Amino acid sequence: MFNQKKFIVSHAPFWHDGSSLSTKHYHIMLAATLAVIPGFVQYGGPAVAVVCFSIATAMIWEMIINKIAKQPVTIGDGNAALIGLLLAMMIPATTPWWAVLTGTFLAIVIGKQIFGGLGGNPFHPVVVSMAILSLSWKGIFDFNEALLPYDFNFTMAYPLASLKAFGPDSISSFSITDLLIGRQTGGIGSTCGIALLIGGLYLILRGFIRWEISFSFLAGAFVTAFLFTLFGEEGKYAGPLFHIFTGYTLIGAIYLATEDSSSPVNFIPMLLYGAGCGIMTILIRNIGAYVDGVVLAIFLMNLANPLIDKIRPKALGKVA
Amino acid sequence: MIKKSFFGLLKPRLEYDIIDSKTTAPREITVSKTVQLLSNRIFDKKDSILIQVGDEVRTGQKLSLIKGEDDYVISPVSGAITSISPYTGNFGMLMTSIVISKNSKEETDGRFAEAAKSPSLQTTTDFLAHLPGFFPISLLSKQTPKIKTLVIHGMDTDLLVTTRQQIVKASAPAIKKGIQILKEISGIETFIIVVPETLFHEAVSTGATVKTIASNYPSASPYLILKNILGMELPAGDCFEKHGIAVVSAEAVASLGKAYQKQEIPTQKVLTVIDKTGTQKLVSVSIGTPLKDIFSALNIRAEDGDRIIIGGPMTGLSTYSEDHPVCPDTDAVIVQDRSMISCVSNNACINCGECVRICPAKIQVNMLVRFLEACLYDDAVDRYDLFSCIECGLCSYVCTAKIPVFQYIRLSKQELTGIQSTEAENV
Ligand code: SF4
Ligand code: SF4
Repeated sequence: MFNQKKFIVSHAPFWHDGSSLSTKHYHIMLAATLAVIPGFVQYGGPAVAVVCFSIATAMIWEMIINKIAKQPVTIGDGNAALIGLLLAMMIPATTPWWAVLTGTFLAIVIGKQIFGGLGGNPFHPVVVSMAILSLSWKGIFDFNEALLPYDFNFTMAYPLASLKAFGPDSISSFSITDLLIGRQTGGIGSTCGIALLIGGLYLILRGFIRWEISFSFLAGAFVTAFLFTLFGEEGKYAGPLFHIFTGYTLIGAIYLATEDSSSPVNFIPMLLYGAGCGIMTILIRNIGAYVDGVVLAIFLMNLANPLIDKIRPKALGKVA
Repeated sequence: MIKKSFFGLLKPRLEYDIIDSKTTAPREITVSKTVQLLSNRIFDKKDSILIQVGDEVRTGQKLSLIKGEDDYVISPVSGAITSISPYTGNFGMLMTSIVISKNSKEETDGRFAEAAKSPSLQTTTDFLAHLPGFFPISLLSKQTPKIKTLVIHGMDTDLLVTTRQQIVKASAPAIKKGIQILKEISGIETFIIVVPETLFHEAVSTGATVKTIASNYPSASPYLILKNILGMELPAGDCFEKHGIAVVSAEAVASLGKAYQKQEIPTQKVLTVIDKTGTQKLVSVSIGTPLKDIFSALNIRAEDGDRIIIGGPMTGLSTYSEDHPVCPDTDAVIVQDRSMISCVSNNACINCGECVRICPAKIQVNMLVRFLEACLYDDAVDRYDLFSCIECGLCSYVCTAKIPVFQYIRLSKQELTGIQSTEAENV
């Protein structure tokens, strides 16, 4: 027995397609970075600081919880860093450090770890964090107020706020091309439509996010906004493209709604869920009280997710 | 190993290996010193066992452990029994190992030749339960319901393996003879042979109804064959026999045919050996041959930290010893280099849904795995369709969190149904 060779005994299948959590999360981060760069260029040092601080603190919170719960340290899977990055992309470059610290705490601890960590969270951690943050400190996350120190060669009003306050006439100074290339104010990584779209396309093609959700999100938003312009009071509502390229619509459709744990996995539920997010976003913007509806819309659809995902195909040989 | 394609949006497409005209006949490898036979019967000290260490046995001799028991093995060599001992097989299945050391004098046992002059169900049951390819003989005498349809499976059920295809290609006449015998001795009315497109002509010559299947994994799964080709969806959890259907490998039918043709019990098993570089070689060896004899004949070196897999890459079972013998149902052996071994993890499920979207049985694997991890088997069966699983292994193959999903599934099924089902599913 002593000279017996030691072979590895494990379970089938003995092949794996090579995917992994870290690959997935790092690729999402990579794609998201594309949209952060215009933010860096525009806002300079403060934006870089917010992004770095957010990623770092998210990872630290995760590690602290791991240690307290005596779990293996999970920052290697890249999810905490991704959460930090996404949070930073949604907030203004002027956010004070303590607000970032609170934001990552809310995302990692309240949004993710108390539900048992990655895979257990019913809501997107960043959505949870953003919802609480913007309710708590309105001023910090109001882009008009927050970005006062900056003046660029484009309209410095937050497009959605103008729309809400003064109606569609006030937004005529924003051309769609401007919005698309990021000539608008907003979160560090959520204004450059083209960069977000390219990142999203990359992730969809590589299979890291599910096209069904992103696509139906945007379609839902587009159709709803279009219906408003068609049947709503004349001159009261902005066009569909304006809605798609402003606020958090794109970052929501590509990076927030597609989070695995809080979204459905079956085909029809994915479409319903995505469309629900999109429709709700526009409803909140057009007739609700908030300036942007994305965070709340995703939050509500996250809530409905377990129910929607019950619509599933019949399993093989299932006798009803 | 086939990895996810760069455009991960597309589902990974796993293809079976299909033999072509260039494939050469299996290389024969002779037993060096000993063979080890595994009997499903366990014995304890109180049983009076029929065979003893030291007994002389002849080639083709039937060895039953216990008087009055159906279970037996067939000695593929002439020699002497050197040990009889308990043996633990896959999933903790208890068996008995019988080791025979070969001597130079080859003597054939004549009892089958005598009985085989007039084929009968009795003779078949008495002598042919240990055929290469594994024929579930007991099914033939089953009464309620009687087996009416026999699906002869001429396609290998796992990737890289070409064993059964080789049998269809080279032994179509034997399969034909096997079908003839079965027609005579059993009540089976319909014979269907399932093969890949390329073996259509060989299959036609066997006289059975020919059905071809696609080359994408897992279309050769008996459950999917039933559904896609026979248009019948087996209710989840039912076995084929319950519906009067048996699925057996082409090799089993060919062995049956050969047995009556030559009036001797075949003991040579064909198998596909896959070395560390992924190259396949077909070999023909005696049942009971230790794997290490095959490795040394083929110059394959299995080292510490490598993995030896009996069966294919998706559904096989790994073994801890290269002394493991070739069994009647061993269709393939893989030696996987340590550098190719992908690890499983203890990550939690992230609900990415890759498994759900690839599962051919349309199971909500993401939910199922949660219930299995918590050992909530009843819910797993009732609400999340555990018994719909056709055991293809794709869910584990694509799992982003590298959870051993398939292992959970197999273990819990095992737990729930006991050992018998492995036999039925080994076809
Ligand atoms: S092994 Fe996995 S993928 Fe295959 S049928 Fe079963 S649950 Fe579905
Ligand atoms: S592939 Fe793995 S991680 Fe993804 S849903 Fe299935 S079991 Fe969970």
